[in-house]
Amino acid sequence: MSMLPAPNLSPKELVNDDVDLMSETNMTTASPAVAGNRQSGSDSPAIAEPPREKLTKKAITADHPTWCPGCGDFAVLAAFYKVLEKRQLDHEKIVTLAGIGCSSRFPYFVNGHGAHYIHGRAVPLASGISLARPDLHVFLFGGDGDGFSIGGNHLDHGARKNINMTYFIMDNFVYGLTKKQTSPTSPIGFKSKTDPIGAIDQPVNPMKKLIAGGATFIARTHAAQVNHMIQMIERAFDHQGFSVIECLSECVEFFPDVFDPANPKKGGSFEVIQEKKWDNTPEDDLRHDVTDELAAYKLASLPFPGVFGVFYQSDRPTKNALEKKWIETTREKIGGASDVEILRKTFDRMK
Amino acid sequence: MNETPVVKQAEGGSAASPTSTATPASGASPASERADLRPENIQDAVIRLAGNSQDGIQTAGAFLARLAGRSDHDVMTYMTIPATISGGPSIFQVRIGSGEVLSAGDEADFLVAFYQHSYQDHLDFLREGGVLLYDSDNVEPNLDDKRFVYVGVPITGLTVEALGGTAKDKGKNIFVLGLIAKIFNLDVEKLKKLITEKFGGKDQSIVNTALMAFQAGYAYPVGNVLTKHYRFEHFPKTSGRAQITMDGNQALAYGLIAAGVRYGAGYPITPWSSIMETLRRELPKYDGIFVQAEDELGAVSLALGFSYSGYLAVTGSAGPGISLKAEAIGWASMAEIPLIVCNIQRGGPSTGLPTNVEQSDLHQAIFGSHGDSPRVVLAAASVEDCFYIAIEAARIARKYSTPVFILSDTSLATRIEAFDEPDLSKLMVDPKPDLTPREGGFKPYDLERITQHIPPGTRILDGKYPLIGGLEHDEMGHPTGSPKLHMAMTAKRRNKLRKLAEEIPVPEVYGDQEGDTLLVGWGSTYGPIHDAVKMGREHGEKIGALHLRHVHPLPNGLEKIFAKFKRVVTVEMNDQGLYGYGQLATILRARYCEPKIQSVTKTDGLTFRVKEILQGVFPGKFVSVRGYSPNRPVSGNGEQDVDVARAESIAQGAG
Repeated sequence: MSMLPAPNLSPKELVNDDVDLMSETNMTTASPAVAGNRQSGSDSPAIAEPPREKLTKKAITADHPTWCPGCGDFAVLAAFYKVLEKRQLDHEKIVTLAGIGCSSRFPYFVNGHGAHYIHGRAVPLASGISLARPDLHVFLFGGDGDGFSIGGNHLDHGARKNINMTYFIMDNFVYGLTKKQTSPTSPIGFKSKTDPIGAIDQPVNPMKKLIAGGATFIARTHAAQVNHMIQMIERAFDHQGFSVIECLSECVEFFPDVFDPANPKKGGSFEVIQEKKWDNTPEDDLRHDVTDELAAYKLASLPFPGVFGVFYQSDRPTKNALEKKWIETTREKIGGASDVEILRKTFDRMK
Repeated sequence: MNETPVVKQAEGGSAASPTSTATPASGASPASERADLRPENIQDAVIRLAGNSQDGIQTAGAFLARLAGRSDHDVMTYMTIPATISGGPSIFQVRIGSGEVLSAGDEADFLVAFYQHSYQDHLDFLREGGVLLYDSDNVEPNLDDKRFVYVGVPITGLTVEALGGTAKDKGKNIFVLGLIAKIFNLDVEKLKKLITEKFGGKDQSIVNTALMAFQAGYAYPVGNVLTKHYRFEHFPKTSGRAQITMDGNQALAYGLIAAGVRYGAGYPITPWSSIMETLRRELPKYDGIFVQAEDELGAVSLALGFSYSGYLAVTGSAGPGISLKAEAIGWASMAEIPLIVCNIQRGGPSTGLPTNVEQSDLHQAIFGSHGDSPRVVLAAASVEDCFYIAIEAARIARKYSTPVFILSDTSLATRIEAFDEPDLSKLMVDPKPDLTPREGGFKPYDLERITQHIPPGTRILDGKYPLIGGLEHDEMGHPTGSPKLHMAMTAKRRNKLRKLAEEIPVPEVYGDQEGDTLLVGWGSTYGPIHDAVKMGREHGEKIGALHLRHVHPLPNGLEKIFAKFKRVVTVEMNDQGLYGYGQLATILRARYCEPKIQSVTKTDGLTFRVKEILQGVFPGKFVSVRGYSPNRPVSGNGEQDVDVARAESIAQGAG
């Protein structure tokens, strides 16, 4: 997703616009709180808006994270702060959301509007916010349980509908908050409290699931690679549509060292996807075309730890845009009638 | 009322000579030309159309209802539909009255039987002296039964004849409409206009075919076999407002729009689906969106996302879907997010009786989540009330930042009523969220006041932004395990609803203000309960009725009303449960510790008939054989359940 330029905002977002406040459909029976507040813009002196200060890490930092020392999620939080600082978004437009899990505590550590929702359902929650409020930057955080198990169906449908948001999944291959049960991405053989003889169920392949689901931006990164994470978050943010990043983020408590094979500092190798530059060179033939679903699927089939970077990206229209188009076409037909006039007309047909 | 003869002057007179066949004598003069066919004035008629669901009897019935609405008559319809995908016995009943119509009628004055099974299943509902209009191509009635007036018309044959071969018998519903229009002297021009409006926009030939079928029915010389026809007395409405005609689900959907609800999400389920269909179609006109979600959990979550973003939103379902939403509703309680949840109840549990009516989700609405999760529960009394209850639900949801349930049911969802057009200039609510920048010091969960969230996108000048969540929290929304805070926050969430209870008006008692029996109802039983009070008082009972629109929290002061009656009896379409009381009675007994609170309950999946209520409340007193048939199958596949139904569908436990 990306910042929408101001001219694209529909009138309802231009909250300080007196014309909008006094629109003809603005009836007097709104709830007292809302009506009272709205009038404060015209009747009582408006709050003088001080100029914006630079958005600093300090401004966007909230509670100290409750994660265990050494948890990969700290690095994700740091990378997110960096992106916010770099992009200098309007503070109040940043919305962080999450479901349930260790990683889903994320919104508590970001000072900004946000919500901590229930297990697995954060994608539809975020979808509601994204659809109703195109002026906001919707960031969703979660883990592998939230995204690929209890919320697996919502992931598919968020992807299919291509709802504009950035979804960052911290995948640690284990349930950490509940202290070491098997997760949907735990490898076969992983010993946990629910698989004392080792996991026997085929794990989910997140990249394949997302490609099949229809997500329009799919990337994979590693919590030990902060620069790569920042790059991926920025590209996901700039993408219009359902953007998902799977980040291998180690649980030092219940599944330590599992991501070392992709960590050069621990003797592994971090293989980054080489994307096509479309420069007509012979090398380019070997590079990955991010718009090629089949090629992305092949990359997703590589043995663990696999490769990192952007697997797939397409510019399929978002549900946000399609709904907006329908609204515009419909309202054009009505010819600017007020809400009361529209409903009266409907009632006339029922007489 | 059914106690009142529908054809006031017709009692005792031979309404018609029974005829076995209705061969239209060629050359018979049209009915309207006969001098003895002067219409008689009537005030009230119950017309039951019985056929199969694919015959379009709902369409014909709906035309009658809309015509009545346009003619300033009160009207109420009642229908049953089979749960099978296509076909099966089905009825549509229209009650048209010149005065107030509160229930769909215990007995029919006029039964139209398309098939032999329609005749057999519904003859018990025809009052003595009533008219059986039957398709003589399909039905062979027992003409020796002299209680009824028989009018046989070869409906199928004449429809095919009128429309030509290709239409087969499609159109016999409209043919029957023509017949009824003749018999009841209905306004033909208005009916034709309605037919044209309904089928217009499609192929013009469809309108023409429909009008041909109507004309054929209207021209049929019914006067040869029925020597009377009727005309509804006209009492001009005093309100001066035009009437609009719609079903309960439409009224609820448009009520939500008037209430400023612009966003919502749902998943299809009977009988809720038509609300989401209406909102999906209508909301874009109002700059809104309704999303068909992947499942019920996604639907409630989307709706909460909309609400969190500053636009009060709606989700809805029937009982099984509400169960799936229950966890998220617990979150809405905890996070204190405004939300409207519609439950269009049907027979349960599980898939249950998907096309029948029941009021068995009251406890689910009040308690159905986990932990102590206070919420508000309202119930609509009538189709008109579906509109206004939506506005009330939105008002409460916003003011108290809370989830609010609206309970409706199958009977309200599908029945059609005419009511005064609402005064939209007074009612329409502007939905736009207030994003004015705020000074600092904002606490989303301030213990000193009722929570009002600040929508995202609102700049907060001290730079401290609120977080809302499902973990128990402190006043800023941050997680806490403090026992003291959990106690304080639990009390905060509960106390705001106690505050709400203070502002709910105490409902007025209908009928006797003190006496022996107070009937208490909620939801769609409003009409039959009020008619039962009327009938009971006519028979000398000291009886009143109290109807609750606000079921949870209850209005304060009910105990003062209860004190004026010897008995308080709730009338509910649910089971008496393990302890012998209906769901509302159980709540009232817990709330008031009052042993004189009892209940009359039933679970046959059908709406209460007036006499059923009186028989339940006064056992042995209102014995009636007519208009009540416990062995009638409730759906096309019910025949084998006749014996079970016989035992179970009687009013249970007046105790």
